[in-house]
Parts: sequence; C-alpha cells; structure tokens
Amino acid sequence: MSTAALDYTRELPVVEGSPTAAEVDATIAAPLDQFPSRMWWIIFSIALSFFSIGVFCIGMTLYKGLGLWGVNQPVSWGFDIVNFVFWVGIGHAGTLISAILFLLRQRWRTGIARFAEAMTIFAVMCAGLFPLLHTGREWLPMYLSPYPNQHGLWVNFTSPLLWDVFAVSTYFTVSLVFWYVGLIPDLATLRDRTTNKIKKVIYSLFSLGWRHSNRHWQHYERAYLILAGFATPLVLSVHTIVSFDFAVSVIPGWHTTIFPPYFVAGAVFSGFAMVQNVLIFVRQAFNLKHIITLDHLEKMNKVMILTGSMVGYAYAMEMFIAWYGGNQFERFVFLNRALGPYAWAYWTMVSCNVIFPQLFWFKKIRRSIPAMFIIGITVNIGMWFERFVIIVTSLSRDFLPSSWGHYTPTFYDVGILLGSFGLFFTLILIFVRVLPVVSISELKAVIEGGQPSKH
Amino acid sequence: MNEKHLFAVTALFDTPDEIIHAAHETTSAGYTRFDINTPYPVHGMDKAMGLKQSRLGVFALVFGLLGATSSVLFMTWVTLIDYPLVIGGKPFWSWPAFVPVAFEITVLLASVLSVVTMIVLYFKFPNNSHPLHDTPYMKKVSSNKFGICIQADDPTFNQKAVEEFLAKVGGKEIGPVFFDLEDLDHGQHIFDPKFIGVLALTAILVSGGTYFTFNKLLYMEPFSWMSAQAKLKAQRPSDLFTDGIGMRRPVEGTVARGFLPYPFKGKPDEAAKNLVNPLLPTKEVIDRGKTKFLTYCSPCHGNFARGDSRLAGQFPNPPTLHSDKVRNWPDGSIYHVITEGQNVMPSYASQISRDDRWAIIQYIRVLQRAHNAKESDLK
Repeated sequence: MSTAALDYTRELPVVEGSPTAAEVDATIAAPLDQFPSRMWWIIFSIALSFFSIGVFCIGMTLYKGLGLWGVNQPVSWGFDIVNFVFWVGIGHAGTLISAILFLLRQRWRTGIARFAEAMTIFAVMCAGLFPLLHTGREWLPMYLSPYPNQHGLWVNFTSPLLWDVFAVSTYFTVSLVFWYVGLIPDLATLRDRTTNKIKKVIYSLFSLGWRHSNRHWQHYERAYLILAGFATPLVLSVHTIVSFDFAVSVIPGWHTTIFPPYFVAGAVFSGFAMVQNVLIFVRQAFNLKHIITLDHLEKMNKVMILTGSMVGYAYAMEMFIAWYGGNQFERFVFLNRALGPYAWAYWTMVSCNVIFPQLFWFKKIRRSIPAMFIIGITVNIGMWFERFVIIVTSLSRDFLPSSWGHYTPTFYDVGILLGSFGLFFTLILIFVRVLPVVSISELKAVIEGGQPSKH
Repeated sequence: MNEKHLFAVTALFDTPDEIIHAAHETTSAGYTRFDINTPYPVHGMDKAMGLKQSRLGVFALVFGLLGATSSVLFMTWVTLIDYPLVIGGKPFWSWPAFVPVAFEITVLLASVLSVVTMIVLYFKFPNNSHPLHDTPYMKKVSSNKFGICIQADDPTFNQKAVEEFLAKVGGKEIGPVFFDLEDLDHGQHIFDPKFIGVLALTAILVSGGTYFTFNKLLYMEPFSWMSAQAKLKAQRPSDLFTDGIGMRRPVEGTVARGFLPYPFKGKPDEAAKNLVNPLLPTKEVIDRGKTKFLTYCSPCHGNFARGDSRLAGQFPNPPTLHSDKVRNWPDGSIYHVITEGQNVMPSYASQISRDDRWAIIQYIRVLQRAHNAKESDLK
C-alpha cells in the first residue's frame, strides 16, 4: 500500500489482502512447526549470553551481598529501583492494547495484542526480579505478604512499598490469566492441526478440551469483556502505585501530585516503543507483514506522539511548579537536575523523550521502518534515564548539603541490567517459537467474510 | 466387538451465513440438545441458537464484592484488633491507605475467580475425553469450517430424520459420531494403583521439598542468616594469637567484681572482731535471706534452723542454731563459718554471694529471736 493513497477517513482493513481462515492457520502456525532458523539461534545465543551475565551478577550479589552494588547513603535506591520502574513501565503496553483498545473497539489491536500481552508478562517478570534483589535477603520474600507468622506481625498496609507488592503481583496474575484465556482456542486449533504426538499431548493439556462450541464462546466472550473491564483500571493503577513509592515520600523532587498520571503516560510511552521495536523484527522474520501491517506500526507511533507529549508536558510542569511553589528545596532539586552533576542524564532524557518522538508528526518518518525503529530505541533509552534522573538526583542531593552524595553504578549493577534484557529477549524468542504470536481465532473473526453478511 | 454408542450426528458448512441459517432452522425444528462449533465466535449466533445471556457478570460482581469486603475487613482487623501500631502518627484505622490494596484484591479475585468459574462451572473443563475430540469434524471446525452437532440424547432424536434435516439445510459431510467405549466406563477408579501412585508421589515430593527447603536449604550458604560473620566467637580457635586460642585470659591480678579474696582465712577470731554486717534487717533483706537459707542451709540445719535435717541419718546432724553459743556469736563468726566451713560443713563461698551470706545471717537472727521470744515480744 503506497503512502500517498492512504485515506484516513475510511477504517483500514485489519489484515492486508484477504487470506482465508486456513491460510491464517498456516501462516501463524508456521514458526511453531519449523526448526528454528540460523538467525534465530544467533539472536537466541546473544540473548542467552546477556542473561548469563545477569545470572553471574545475581549469584555474586546473593553470595556476597549488596555491597557489590553502587548504592550508598544517601543514594540507597540505585539501578535496582530504576530497572524495576523501567520494566514495569515496559509491561504497560500489553494490557493497554489488549484491554483498553478492546473496550474502545479498536479492531486493529487484533494483530498485535497477543504479542504485546506476552511482552507484558515477560517485562513484569524482569521487573519483579529487582525489588526481590533490592531487599538483600532474597530467600525471605514471604515477609512481603501478610501471612500469619510466628512473630504475630503483619505487613504495613499503609506503606506504598506494600501497595507495590499487591499491585505488581495482581497485575502479573491478571495479565497471565488474560493471556492464557486468549490462548485457549488457539491451543485447541494447534492441537487439531499438529501431527506430532508430544506436541499434541501438550496442546491438549493446555487447551483443556476446548471444542469451539458456541455454547462456550458465549461465556468466553463475556469473560473476555469482564477481564478487559477489570484490567483497564488495573493497568492504570499499577504505575500509579509505583509512582506512590516516590510521591508519598517527602524527598524534594518526589513529593509531587503529578507523578501518577505522568508515570502512567511514561509507562505507555516506553511500552509502545518496545512493542514497536520488537514487532518490526517479528513481522519480518515470520512473514507476518500482512497481519502486523505498517498501519499498525504507524498507529503505535501515533500513540507515542501523544504519550511522549504528555511526558514532555509533565517535565515542563514539574519545572514550573518547582518555581511557582516557592519551596527552595524543590527549586534547588530541579535546577540541580538540569545543571548539576547528572545534567547529562537529564538532557539525554529530555531529548530522547520529548524532542525525537516529535519527528513522528511527519508522515514519512512515521511510516519509515528504520526511522521509527531508531526513535523507538531512543524512547526506551530516554525513559530509562527518566527513572534514573528521578531516583538518583533527588536522593543524592536532598535537604542537607552535609549529607549529599554521589552514585556510581558498579559492574554488577550494569551486569544485572544487561541480564534483565537477556532474560526478556530469551523469553520472547522462546515465546515466538512455541506459541502463536497472533491470536488465530480473533484474527479469523476480523478477516473479510469472517462474519455473517446480514448483521 | 462391543456395540457402538451413538453420540451425535454432525454436519459441516462453509460460510458464517450458512451456519447462522442452519442454527435458526435447528432451533425452529425443535432440537434442544445441539451445539454449533465454529473456529471463532460468529456474530448473531446467540440469537440464532436461542441462548440466554451469559450470567458470568453476576459471578464477577459477587467475587469483586467479596474481594473488596474481605480485604477491608482483614486490614481493619489487623490494624485495629490484632496488632495496632501507630504508623506516621496516623489513626490506627487509616482507611485511605487501604484503598490500593482493597482495589488490587478486588480486581484479582473478580478476574481470576470469574475465569475459574467459567472454565470449571460452565465449560466443565478440563475435559479431553469428549466424543467430539479427535474426529475429522473437530479438526475442520477448529480451522475453517462451521459445524453443527445434534446430539443423540435430544428428545426428538432419530438418526435418519436428523440426517435428512441436516442435508435439507445445506450441510455437507453429514455423519455420525460415536462414544469412545473406554470413556463410557464409569467404574470406580479411586483405588487405581496409578492414581494412588501419583497421589503418593505428590505427597512425598511436596513434603520432602518443603522439609528440605525450610530445614536444610535455607540454612546453607549463601543463606547464612548472618551467622557467618567476620568476628571471633567464644571457644573458637584463632590464628591471631600465638597460642591459637580465640578466648583471652584476664590480665594477672584481675579481680572480678564481688570476688575480693576473703582476708580472714583461718582466722575466726579476727573475723568475729572485724566483720560487721553491712545490711540492715529490712523486709527485702530478710526475704532474700529466707530464700537463700531455704535453698542452701535448710537441707542440713532444718527449715527453722533447729538442726532437724531432712537428710537425718545420711549425714552427721549439724547442731541447732538456737544454742546459746550461736545466739551469742557476733555476725562475723557466722559469716566466717559460711565462708570457710566448719567440721563436716564445706565452704559455701562459691555458691552464696557475699551479700547473700549477710542476708542469710539477718534471717538466722530473725529465726533465733522467734524461737526465744520474750514476754514483751508477744505484746
């Protein structure tokens, strides 16, 4: 489809060309039936190498303790919390696409929803790793949950850190359930397609005996609607609660009411950038260009202009309120962010998050794969630096100049960050090989001729 | 061979329009035990099949309310009743702080339990032994065909009539589906050795895993519970000192508090002359003296110091302490006897502290006075 012929007033077809249902099956199931290509093995081994760096650094942290990290007093939250907030943010695109766009009847979500949901689950898994390591006693995570213990003590229900535990674990569970419910009919289709006996047992086990019965579809569709209804406020609540970790404290630069909406916008922003980046490869590698179309990528880029502008507005508003609020500590923190020892990080963040995504206003850039890929990467770099700037600048210079400090990450900090990327991409690479990356049943329902003519 | 049991008659259709039409016809023909199998939900099928609206929403509402109330009640119980703590100077029941957790639990229970309800209650899943599984019919409806399946347990079922009816509405590949005879065996399977074996294996794995995790694994390196520390513990050897002993002896001539050497060793007369009881006969001192007397002195001297030993016969009986001799002794003499011992009585210096000895003497004086009370004491 040429760029010039685009007519935005008409709803675009969800799938380009008009594949039949059988062709949809064949296209989507193809990667599951072939032996992985050489390219896949190369990327997989790179991802696995990064993951093993992380495993080594985590092992050393377990064995030696948190002294290996760069955290200190006053900067007691370093890469661990930066990475946690970053990964939770990445995990926001999936549920947003699958739940909010579902409720808004955005049919174009069909092509990308399954992949984005899987990405959410993997990103939240990466995120969950960091608070656990941050506790320093990784083998005592049960104290995070209110269980009747021999101390007779309960968790502190008024602490944002505890809210975080509930928010992230609920988000993970509900995302997983959402994803799995979507997979059941597809697994049944794969079960009936496959000729491999072992695969058949596995698919039968996980498809639970699904028979595509319309007496079931009826409840299934209702359940999907209910899940979407619950997941929508949930996805907004998760990063809101993560932002409470900062906003509920009294540290200058953290104690602001703009944090919840600003964090949610930032999370969607970075999540969409990550989905867009990875999908560019997936559609190329698995011949899904007619299902995950350029229009999909363009729409994601539009979401990125919107959320990127919201983030830019939040940066400006923080500066304005710091001046207008008249609190000298607050004023100092924001001047320090822009001009202090971490100014390089601040300006990286501003240029990556506010300036570069504005290029998406140009249709040519918005529909150019290399351009959008590079901008997507810069967005994720920028969003990582946003969390770094918020956490480190505020902690390193707060009220008393006598207790100021500086934070420098160590080898282990960087190693665990690389390891989390390794884990994420390892899981994604396994996912694209063992499960359908696009929802087969949803896609069949939206192809041409998929629904009765009189309805 | 066994006789085959008919489950249903099935037919396939090519387009969604055809299947909607067939569903309408089937419903109007009066069939109730039938199902439509399509690879994806087809719009308008509920109406065509005459299905009522799904009631899953009611379950979701109930589970959501359950999550909201149970979490709020639980947090209230914890913070008001079970373990009230002042946190940040706020009231015990800071309800705004409960909102996030209550919200998350509401969403969690409502979504997870709704899905479980749907799968278990509505679908009766997992069920991989349904007669439709592994039929050519199933393979087609899970890909690109639309199927109808009229079950044999329908009240108006008649194989011939149904086949004719399906042909009339345009169905293709019309054919019967039979029960798998193995699945019709509804015998008792609870004592099946395989089932019991799986149960036993699960029990062993779960209990063994739990035991290993909580009693062994958590005490291995690196889970040190801070027990491995760079400090020297009592009784441990150490390379730091030339003698290799971790514990150090006190500097020569060191005297521990309360352990000054007794200066009147073997000199009862000087002790009698020089020692003065530092304690006054207050109630506390006498009570303390009584406790110590009953512990250390009474086994031989008797509970009232009459020399009536509980160990009578096993040891030579000690004299009564109510004799004129002892009553007229100065405190220093009694102190000397307790400290040094006398005849068969050993020294009690290591058992009874200095102050306790003086307290015992005060108590002995009380006993002596009580035993030899004057007329005036009774008034």
